Amino acid sequence: MTRATPAVPLPDDLPLPWRDALAGRLAPDEAVQAWLQTDLDATLHFSASLLVLTDRRLLAADAPSATDWQSWPLAAGQRFDHVDHAGVGTLALHDAHHRLATWRYTLALNTEALRLADQHTRLIERIADPHAVHEDEDGLCPRCKAPLPPDDDECPLCERATVKPPETWALLRLWRFARPYRGRLLAGFLLTLASTAANLVPPYLTIPLMDKVLIPHQTGTRITFDAVWPYMAGLLAAALFAWALGWARTYILARVSERIGADLRTTTFDHLMGQSLEYFGGKRTGDLMARIGAETDRINVFLSLHLLDFATDVLMLFMTAVVLFSINPWLALVTLLPLPVIAWMIHTVRDRLRTGFEKVDRIWGEVTNVLADTIPGIRVVKAFAQEKRESERFAAANRRNLETNDRVNRVWSLFGPTVTLLTEVGLLFVWGFGIWQVGNDHITVGVLTAFIAYISRFYLRLDSMSRIVSVTQKAAAGAKRIFDILDHASSVPEPARPVHLEQVSGRIELRSVGFRYGNRAVLRGVDLDIAPGEFIGLVGHSGSGKSTLVNLINRFYDVSSGSIRIDGTDIRALPVAEYRRHIGLVLQEPFLFFGTIADNIAYGRPDATRDEIIAAARAAHAHEFILRLPHGYDSMVGERGQTLSGGERQRISIARALLIDPRILILDEATSAVDTATEKEIQRALDNLVQGRTTLAIAHRLSTLRKADRLVVLDRGQIVEVGQHDDLMAREGHYYRLYMAQQRQAEADAAEGVLA
Amino acid sequence: MTIRLERDAHGQLALIDRDGQRHPGVLPVRAFPLSAPGEGVALMSTDGHELAWFDRLDELEAASRALLEDELARREFMPQVRAISGVSSFSTPCEWDVLTDRGATRFTLRSEDDIRRLVGGRLLVTDSHGIHYEVVDMKKLDRPSRRILDRFL
Ligand SMILES: Nc1ncnc2c1ncn2[C@@H]1O[C@H](COP(=O)(O)OP(=O)(O)OP(=O)(O)O)[C@@H](O)[C@H]1O
Ligand SMILES: [Mg+2]
Repeated sequence: MTRATPAVPLPDDLPLPWRDALAGRLAPDEAVQAWLQTDLDATLHFSASLLVLTDRRLLAADAPSATDWQSWPLAAGQRFDHVDHAGVGTLALHDAHHRLATWRYTLALNTEALRLADQHTRLIERIADPHAVHEDEDGLCPRCKAPLPPDDDECPLCERATVKPPETWALLRLWRFARPYRGRLLAGFLLTLASTAANLVPPYLTIPLMDKVLIPHQTGTRITFDAVWPYMAGLLAAALFAWALGWARTYILARVSERIGADLRTTTFDHLMGQSLEYFGGKRTGDLMARIGAETDRINVFLSLHLLDFATDVLMLFMTAVVLFSINPWLALVTLLPLPVIAWMIHTVRDRLRTGFEKVDRIWGEVTNVLADTIPGIRVVKAFAQEKRESERFAAANRRNLETNDRVNRVWSLFGPTVTLLTEVGLLFVWGFGIWQVGNDHITVGVLTAFIAYISRFYLRLDSMSRIVSVTQKAAAGAKRIFDILDHASSVPEPARPVHLEQVSGRIELRSVGFRYGNRAVLRGVDLDIAPGEFIGLVGHSGSGKSTLVNLINRFYDVSSGSIRIDGTDIRALPVAEYRRHIGLVLQEPFLFFGTIADNIAYGRPDATRDEIIAAARAAHAHEFILRLPHGYDSMVGERGQTLSGGERQRISIARALLIDPRILILDEATSAVDTATEKEIQRALDNLVQGRTTLAIAHRLSTLRKADRLVVLDRGQIVEVGQHDDLMAREGHYYRLYMAQQRQAEADAAEGVLA
Repeated sequence: MTIRLERDAHGQLALIDRDGQRHPGVLPVRAFPLSAPGEGVALMSTDGHELAWFDRLDELEAASRALLEDELARREFMPQVRAISGVSSFSTPCEWDVLTDRGATRFTLRSEDDIRRLVGGRLLVTDSHGIHYEVVDMKKLDRPSRRILDRFL
């Protein structure tokens, strides 16, 4: 049977079985406009079905082999409804009277689904009005609507969404941190080698001491000083030499170790600073602290000490083996007997130890989590008298820590002594075999004693090597957790090809911006153009998405769909820090750092002069209260600024934003924590400051936004009204209701005040 | 008059309250979907206000209750993991191949913190798209699955 191949080619990325099934069903000139392979069925089981939009109809099938394809010709009044909940998206096709069909899919397919629905809407509109014009979408990424680079179809912003599994073998990757110190590490290694070699001299000297001095003495020859002193001097020299080498080695390696540790910590911290708010939203502070603190420490000790020890152990083992074989091959062979058993043991415990240590690390993170949670929240703990419960929580975390440690220690504690036992047994064999050989006059007593001396060194090495297994696995576990941080690409990435804006006028354009926290859609289809210098008031109920919108403009998060442009450039194409320099931000919860007031005001511009700091403080109406503090601008604000009142903190954070003289000013409830009189003062200061700057202000007290050029009303993540106060009041819509509710509240408060 | 539910031609649930007033497009929501799914269900209006509250579902008459349960079943998506067939790596992010009560699937785990412990050995795994997978009892999984999971806890 030959199938009619459609004249219009099918999309390239359509999966193969569907292509074949679809090809036979399309009319010769029917063009596929969009398609969606869903991954859930109506009962929410995982299974694939296909929905295809062509220029004339919708087609759907549950499986490529299905014979009952459904088809709905496009018709006026037809529409797609889209909702998502708990990670499942639903597209429902309706006509004017009924729901015709539904498709379900996981959110992984959301953009494709929305694109299909959009395309459908456009086609339906064209039925109603064939001449309808649509915004040109050429040059925009179909997924995220960001502008595509010229002569390039791949969107640089979408590409990064694919996950790259991190490399395994975390320990090898640590080399990157040891590399800068490779010269010193090599020196350390050579010194270790030399000092160990110096340690090998004494046993060798015992052979002649025994055979030429002591044993002849027993058979009647007197011991002469001349015969003895060279050996004694040799022994002393070897000891001194070993001491000097050991000292140099320890000193060099300790220095390198600290440096590697510091590098590791700063690199990890730098990387952490580059992460988006989304990352920190999902992380526990205590856990991050544990990783950067304790684990980097463990890794650097491993890198600089144990790794070298291990290397020297291997070498020494080899060298001793050579010496042993050169003295007497048969004895040497007996010495090596326990080796295969030990190798096998190392192999079996290695993985168990590493996973065990990983667990220990994680649980240690939990212990620090409790601390990081409780200490900043100590006021609440005390207010509700829950000290006992927090102690209990800490004790429980500690108990878990103990349990996990106990489990690892069981494996590990058995391992060490077993190795020792094996070496003891090996020694026994050597004694036995050696005595038998001496008895048969194959070797001298001196050779045997030297042998025994070497062997104990050999086994000591073996012992310490096997001990390193545990240290290695500990470091591997730590390294894995460090690389977890280092491998995490920021979800607000630096652009691959950054665009630099010298001057910013402050024009902000939001194009069908959508945003979700996890599976929860918070903003939908937000379109807004803000002219340079315009003062926009953002209002809406609590939870309507005002702060979220501001977070997006600040690029704390990246939009889930749509785009935000500044002066016509997508903000994702600008270097993050460079872009944020244009923005002054005053947050709903002002945060101050430990330090002086002046430091905090100058946070965004550490090079600011004292005059500038004072000017900013005056403008923010903070100057006077600062002067009333015992040390004025040099007063410490305490951790998180806790020695200041809420309103004082707020004014400092306003001054901080003003000092950087930004083109764009964002005020999220900047005056929420002050009394009405202070608010009026700050308001007057702000009125001057917003002149000539693009300003976005969020306020619950609507009266503070009277001066706004435009008010934007958000409701459940969508813009519902835009206009000036008077317009919006006249419209009697959302804004009117918000305003009247506040008005009534104010009147009621006033009336109560009169009565009291 | 008691509270009743209906489904309209557009597939939406409508509530007819005690006064006989009709509220189209209501959505049922469980108050404790994880810790006590059987108790406390609210009906929310499209603009997010609570229209009705049931301490238990059997307060509703049978037909309405069936509709409500049907709607909940359509909205609730929390596949139960029966077995873990493999993970792409033991460090995150990694891909998991799992067998669930709703079929086999693959998802991306972004970080170990996305595995939440609930009481009684239950685990809630959140994937990169915010879908929750439930592990009802870790001890009841087969050995290989348990071993994989254990590496992330
Ligand atoms: N980090 C987050 N993770 C998940 N959801 C969040 C997060 N931050 C905010 N949300 C949710 O997003 C919605 C919008 O929050 P947003 O902070 O933007 O509200 P808002 O309009 O600023 O409210 P308010 O006036 O109370 O400050 C809320 O429903 C909130 O629960
Ligand atoms: Mg807010």
